[in-house]
Amino acid sequence: MTVAAGSLVQEFRYGLDAPICLTWELTYACNLSCVHCLSSSGRRDPRELTTQECQRVIDELERMQVFYVNIGGGEPTVRPDFWELVDYATAHHVGVKFSTNGVKITPAIAARLARSDYVDVQISLDGATADVNDAVRGPGSYQTALRAMRHLADAGFAGFKISVVMTRHNVGQLDAFKTIADSFGAQLRITRLRPSGRGADVWDELHPTAAQQRQLYEWLRAHGENVLTGDSFFHLAGYGEGLPGLNMCGAGRVVCLIDPVGDVYACPFAIHDSFLAGNVRDAGGFARVWRSSDLFTELRTEQSGGACTSCSAYDACQGGCMAAKFFTGLPLDGPDPECVRGHGEQALAQVGHGTVPRPSGDHSHRGRDRRPVPVSIGPRPPVLAGTGPAETGPGGTGAAVTMVARSVPARGCDESPLAGFRPPV
Amino acid sequence: MSTSPVVAHQASVPAPAFDLDAPWQLHPQVSVRPERFGALLYHFGTRRLSFLKSRELLAVVSELDRQPTARAACQAAGLAEAELPAYTRALATLAAGRMICPLDTTASEETQL
Repeated sequence: MTVAAGSLVQEFRYGLDAPICLTWELTYACNLSCVHCLSSSGRRDPRELTTQECQRVIDELERMQVFYVNIGGGEPTVRPDFWELVDYATAHHVGVKFSTNGVKITPAIAARLARSDYVDVQISLDGATADVNDAVRGPGSYQTALRAMRHLADAGFAGFKISVVMTRHNVGQLDAFKTIADSFGAQLRITRLRPSGRGADVWDELHPTAAQQRQLYEWLRAHGENVLTGDSFFHLAGYGEGLPGLNMCGAGRVVCLIDPVGDVYACPFAIHDSFLAGNVRDAGGFARVWRSSDLFTELRTEQSGGACTSCSAYDACQGGCMAAKFFTGLPLDGPDPECVRGHGEQALAQVGHGTVPRPSGDHSHRGRDRRPVPVSIGPRPPVLAGTGPAETGPGGTGAAVTMVARSVPARGCDESPLAGFRPPV
Repeated sequence: MSTSPVVAHQASVPAPAFDLDAPWQLHPQVSVRPERFGALLYHFGTRRLSFLKSRELLAVVSELDRQPTARAACQAAGLAEAELPAYTRALATLAAGRMICPLDTTASEETQL
């Protein structure tokens, strides 16, 4: 027990002068129509930030010493100025990790990416087989993703990320995902399905069952540091032993989202007016929104645990994910809908029809069936086993004062940059 | 949980050796952001974050580049002799994570990245 370390966790809860990292969705345009898209992407928003406006945001992030941004979308690489903006960010000491479905990752682009220490790539894949993946992400998306991975591996890009949203249909494929990642010298990253964006429409049928949650928890416990989670499964800490991570909601405290039109939300999974803090186009820019918006100021005060505070797991799970509660109609000071003690199921049963908030903004492609047709294409067999880089670090406690926390695998950063950080208890 | 995972981890791993009398520097690919509690460190090569949990440690790290040895950096930061063992462990942890590095091996480290 070290007082200094405990106060560090408190410092994070009360917010930092600047985010440790943030998510920036550059465009709502996307070539795919994934059924669970957290930002309901598809069509470009005509009010999208211009190249110059994006550069001004990057200038601000540099001044605030935001070390890196997680760029997503939509499919960010379809912006004509995407590579220009990546170059601009890295030239201004803002590192970039971007998420892509792989559509633009040609051999030439892969070679270019492999040369930069300041750019990391995350390929989305939601099934270890084409049938499971394409049922969620659309026909052909599995092949597109695996082709991109092959190009990155051929170019010598070691340790790129394969990012998987866990669903009822792919929890059983965890070992297969790991095999795919190992075969490319990549690192597996798995995150939680949220009822955000179009995800609200499919959450009931796609979120893992209670038994699958337990399976997922045990698998993560067994694979520990080699698999990244973005700290997104902290609600599973209610099972007992916590997973690597800070086990706190970082929304508006250490992370946030900038959307394509410059709106700043508390987290990437909370695109709703209730979580809108301001816009980077407003006077004072992003820094003012981060430092003094009413919403973020409120989030940095002591939060009520409500009914959960009497539960013995509360210290571990902290009541779970704010966005998951909100978009399933549950009170923010109540249990997570996937509470491992089962309190979420009871609470969900009491949610009245028509009372669940809808995500703000729908950018989905029009006149198109949103549900991709499942197809059966065999996966490319894994060819080579390897291991991902072990991202562990030695602890740093002194006898009387704790001064250095463990090195944290910042590559795990998405919703929370603190993945892998184990706070002293 | 009654024990700190950090302490438990620490107990199972011997503290790496650290030469207080050698010249050290902040790794050239590391960026430092001061915070109320100390500082955040980010290594652009390894893409790792570390936290300095005290302003005093930040002062020591900041002095490394200006002083001939790590011991001199500790003295310049105003540390008492009795505090050196704890700070030596902290510096060893930073060195193990390549947040700081010996002054003369920077070039070879960079070529590995």
